[in-house]
Amino acid sequence: MSLLEVDDLTVTYRTAGGDVPAVRGVSFALEAGQKLGLAGESGCGKSTMALALLRLLPRTARYTGEIRFDGEDILTMSWGRLRAVRWAGASIVFQGAMHSLNAVQRIGAQIAEPIRLHSKATEAEIRRRTGELLEHVGLPARRADAYPHELSGGQRQRVMIAMALACDPKLIVADEPTTALDVMIQAQILTLIESLVAEQGISLLMISHDLSVLADTCDRLAVMYAGRIVEEGPAAAVFGDARHPYGRALAAAFPRIGDPASRRRPQGLAGDPPDPADLPSGCTFHPRCPARLDHCDKLDPRLWPAGDDARAACVHVLPDKGLSLVAKESA
Amino acid sequence: MADSALPTAPVPQLAQSVRDRSGVRRRLRYYGEKLGGSLVSLFAVILTSFFLFRIIPGDPVRTMTHGRPVTIEQQEQLRREFGLDKPLAEQFWSYLTGVLRLDFGDSFQFNRPVTDLIGERLWPTVLLVGTSVVISAALGLWLGVRGAWNHGSLSDRVNTGVALTLWSVPSFWLGLILIVIFASGAGWFPTSGMESTGVEGWERIPDVAHHMVLPLVTLVAVVYAQYLMIMRSSLLDEMGSDYIVTARAKGLRDIIVRRRHAVPNALLPTVTLIFVNLGFVVFGAVLVETIFSWPGLGQLFYSGLSVPDLPLVQGLFILFSAAVILMNLLADLLYPVLDPRVRP
Repeated sequence: MSLLEVDDLTVTYRTAGGDVPAVRGVSFALEAGQKLGLAGESGCGKSTMALALLRLLPRTARYTGEIRFDGEDILTMSWGRLRAVRWAGASIVFQGAMHSLNAVQRIGAQIAEPIRLHSKATEAEIRRRTGELLEHVGLPARRADAYPHELSGGQRQRVMIAMALACDPKLIVADEPTTALDVMIQAQILTLIESLVAEQGISLLMISHDLSVLADTCDRLAVMYAGRIVEEGPAAAVFGDARHPYGRALAAAFPRIGDPASRRRPQGLAGDPPDPADLPSGCTFHPRCPARLDHCDKLDPRLWPAGDDARAACVHVLPDKGLSLVAKESA
Repeated sequence: MADSALPTAPVPQLAQSVRDRSGVRRRLRYYGEKLGGSLVSLFAVILTSFFLFRIIPGDPVRTMTHGRPVTIEQQEQLRREFGLDKPLAEQFWSYLTGVLRLDFGDSFQFNRPVTDLIGERLWPTVLLVGTSVVISAALGLWLGVRGAWNHGSLSDRVNTGVALTLWSVPSFWLGLILIVIFASGAGWFPTSGMESTGVEGWERIPDVAHHMVLPLVTLVAVVYAQYLMIMRSSLLDEMGSDYIVTARAKGLRDIIVRRRHAVPNALLPTVTLIFVNLGFVVFGAVLVETIFSWPGLGQLFYSGLSVPDLPLVQGLFILFSAAVILMNLLADLLYPVLDPRVRP
């Protein structure tokens, strides 16, 4: 049994202007100790996914499908059980460099808060554990008395990581953990996350717009577009040999280390991601697709095996380019 | 190991103490600046007060002797007693030296020292207006928190609507309506004054409270909306913040997220408002005190203005301004305690 199994998850925001589907049928599994990277442009639904995993979305969000964490369905469990799973089972590293820490509380108190909530530790034990956690992420224990604004962006991110480790969770969801940090600090934070999850056997779901960052850190990668996973497979395969044109474009947008040609010509992708409230017909990527075929606006392909242990949702990986499916549908 | 630790150990300590010392200096400078600014404002008020009330039309002597058979000589006599016959510069000098000794002179109409008059009237005003600030702040903040947490609900819309309607009502009009309905109409409350004659000892407490109900309701009704609106919008802002998602993700109950994380942050903007209103406490509510004949400073100011009783209005004006300046100073000093981000 996998640690985390997401099965046909949809998330729809109910707004005054009608329903907006942010996540449209996502399925994936994450084994214990595995690291999965979730990539995509802003607005593709990846942050909605992260928050949905612990049912943290605002009340306007409606969920269908299943999120099985450690054998229990997050979407149907009671509030009390859900609060127990939050942080103790799975914790989240938010973009701590920005506003994810409470500005008027000392960081020590903020790290101690979940420990006090989820364990029966005494105050002395909690204080010792808070100091240990800070030292674990490379900060002196006496910084527990500091307020968030007294720390640099990288230090605040370290605090977020210490906080995520506080209750020994089985899964850490890292939502854009290095965005808004400069490149040197980014590398430090990534190394820190990698070593900590490896050391403690924690599963990692890392979300980023930066495919190269994910490819460095994760075992497997999934690429999201317009609320769906369009490509999924081993990190090297997705980053080096993507089968979906969007996956290829995303990989080409970042220069590859050690490959001068890609550094001189990073390639972008024209156009904007579609408005979730007004999606194109057929394959949602077809208006921007450099390899589109005539029937791409009619057929909406689901994930299909594409190479070794990988899947892609594109007509190009379907047998006879999906033409028979189109014929069957129009008949 | 030990060798390498020895030379480096004193360095961070040194850096720490240097930082502490410059921090103390910075803090002293911050407090010094705030205190100095307050003193400058207070001095400006003292200067303004003298000239301001000499600009308003009206001759104190003529108003006070109005309708009485007085000769020109008697008027001149009064003028000499009040010191109004001396050149302006001389009047100003004796005013200024008096103020610096906390002596505001004798009231024209009451013929008694202004400081004595203020002393008598101070506590009724502090009692009435101070209580109204406490009640309206508590009520407004409580309703604001509830409104923001259930924003868009029926109770939120009703509460906000009622508060805004009352806010836009003139206080003297509301006071008169309350008198008409509950005092002279139903007879439940006295129409005016602070206490009944002949009530002694502990009996005075329920008696004063009974007199206070209507003016208090008037003052609270027209003011609490300010607190409600500020708290509501401030909490709505905080509820959308990332750190609230963090707090919820930790597995805290909603009510704890609200109490421990959202409300303390949302309270910060209301602190300034509370202190500004506390500064206005001694100013009383000129209109409400006049309508309910509440023997407070507001009513005293009103009677002083109609003469104009120059020493009295000057003294009160300085007192009112000093209270506002003092409360602003306190807010400036307290705010860094509550919000670590603005600590000097």
